[in-house]
Amino acid sequence: MDKSGAAYWKRNLRLVTISLIIWFVVSYGFGILFVDAMNNITIAGFQLGFWFAQQGSIYVFVALIFVYVANMNKLDREFGVREDD
Amino acid sequence: MDLKTLTYIVVGLSFALYIAIAIWSRASTTGEFYVAGKGVNPVVNGMATAADWMSAASFISMAGLIAFLGYGGSVYLMGWTGGYCLLAMLLAPYLRKYGKFTVPEFIGDRFYSKTARIVAVICLIFISFTYVAGQMRGVGIVFSRFLEVEILTGLAVGMSIVFIYAVLGGMKGITYTQVAQYCVLIIAYTVPAIFIAFQLTGNPIPQLAFGSTVTGTGDFMLDRLDQVVTELGFLAYTTSNKTTIDIFCITLALMVGTAGLPHVIVRFFTVPKVRDARSSAGWALVFIALLYTTAPAVGAMARLNLTETIQIGAVGDPEGNLAYEDRPDWFGRWETTGLLTFTDKNGDGRIQYYNDANANFAAQAAQYGWAGNELRVDNDIMVLANPEIAQLPNWVIALVAAGGIAAALSTAAGLLLVISSSISHDLLKGTFTPDMTEKQELLAGRAAAAVAILIAGYLGYNPPGFVAQVVAFAFGLAAASLFPVIMMGIFSKKVNREGAIAGMLVGLVFTMGYIMAYKGIFIPVLIENVPANWFLGISPEGIGVVGMLLNFAVAFGVSKVTAEPPAHIQEMVENIRIPQGAGAAVDH
Repeated sequence: MDKSGAAYWKRNLRLVTISLIIWFVVSYGFGILFVDAMNNITIAGFQLGFWFAQQGSIYVFVALIFVYVANMNKLDREFGVREDD
Repeated sequence: MDLKTLTYIVVGLSFALYIAIAIWSRASTTGEFYVAGKGVNPVVNGMATAADWMSAASFISMAGLIAFLGYGGSVYLMGWTGGYCLLAMLLAPYLRKYGKFTVPEFIGDRFYSKTARIVAVICLIFISFTYVAGQMRGVGIVFSRFLEVEILTGLAVGMSIVFIYAVLGGMKGITYTQVAQYCVLIIAYTVPAIFIAFQLTGNPIPQLAFGSTVTGTGDFMLDRLDQVVTELGFLAYTTSNKTTIDIFCITLALMVGTAGLPHVIVRFFTVPKVRDARSSAGWALVFIALLYTTAPAVGAMARLNLTETIQIGAVGDPEGNLAYEDRPDWFGRWETTGLLTFTDKNGDGRIQYYNDANANFAAQAAQYGWAGNELRVDNDIMVLANPEIAQLPNWVIALVAAGGIAAALSTAAGLLLVISSSISHDLLKGTFTPDMTEKQELLAGRAAAAVAILIAGYLGYNPPGFVAQVVAFAFGLAAASLFPVIMMGIFSKKVNREGAIAGMLVGLVFTMGYIMAYKGIFIPVLIENVPANWFLGISPEGIGVVGMLLNFAVAFGVSKVTAEPPAHIQEMVENIRIPQGAGAAVDH
């Protein structure tokens, strides 16, 4: 891999790491490990921990993928590795 | 028109649509048969993936499961959606860049080993057959309940339909049929949910109704649910009696397992570009989330509806329980199917529905003059009877039948395709008879699909014990065997042939052994399946996580002490990490 290839891969790994930390926090953090503490907070009729476990984490998953896609498309262009349209 | 005729018409029309699509999108090359010519639009592929993914269990059973498990059902909601993040970020784009036809092919090439490829094929076939047998059973059950035919007849019809479009159309036929099946199943799922949400809370959006107040009261639905179920001795809806570590491991095994399931991965081989593989995973999750965020609302609303239908007044007041002769119409109808049963244990002519397994509640129940729980409710009722409980017109009930069949058929077709392609492409063309022409390979693929359908039908009619353990087996084994080697194949240049084979075998044998020992599959139960006996408190459903960690550890360890991969393999890894230069797409 040439120098720019290695830099591209490093940037990608950083993006994946950040995304997966958020992925972990909303589901395993808010929805499982800290669910009791989160349940002390209620918004509308939802205990927040329960909401993250049954609704919120899924919404965040969807958003994470599209943010990742947008960032990767930008990165592909920046490094000139985008496939032709 | 009576319900049965209407159901025949709606289901019949949906079948006609699937067959028409199959004829229009026949596959003529192996590329079209295996990966739909790599020309599928990413949004379309997302929709097909969603239908492929959402099985009979997601459609028929999940909401009911959540209704009775409450918070404990969250493992399925998070577990069966979160894997798409892993797919989008860790696997799909790189496998698309690699650009061939099957998952074992990638494993065989990356680890320069036919043995690795064959081990992967064995994992794939076991996982996929476990999974597909449940789907065929689902088809049979839906047929027998809604169309009042024998399970065998239902199975035969379902098998014929899948046969037509999977064998003729291959991946191309399956893809476009799945799009139609997604539309049928999502409409069938959400329409009753919207009506019930509106009736119960005045808010038609189930995801919001879930957190709204119940019409005519100031109580939030979930608070009210917690209260009514605890008064009857059940666990509060928003809590679970599973340990945190077990919930954690089951969720993780389901997520990683999702990302490692071959019939899901292979869907991302069908899009034109690497960036399409990324976005397609996002679209798939959007379409999946539509059902998966509705399901917990359906579960909670159904549980509340059911409980308040039976418990019409204060708990303990003799007048507080519904008299059997006053039961609603749908109650009587579902009694005839055996999914709902009432036994008047204390002979008072009223229905008592409470948790008689709760020792702390027993004294109170005895004081009320209750002699045990009198109502047995099958999980599946929560979705199947929903339209009747909400008093929706017959065409909605017919649509639910078509939706359940669509969910089962679409998943079955996807699974049958990966089974047949691993036989014709990995075993025959790739290993045993490499001289085959493309035409012969295509014929072999079709023949393998036909044989696989027959075996799946047989397993569905006569399910062996392992079929009931889909969650443990299919997801646990995918998490412990396939996911780690694919991921290491992309993210590490140093993991070699020896490491990958050893890792896969250790992950597979450990996970399989653990499940077999506790569940008594293929062998007698060796250790009683109770939490006190579990390794670190992890149930057989979550043990795939430990298998996965072992796979990673063994693969890295063995790779350290054996020769590193040859230079051309390391170059291949560098090459799949960069989008540019992926194989060309074929127009449809």
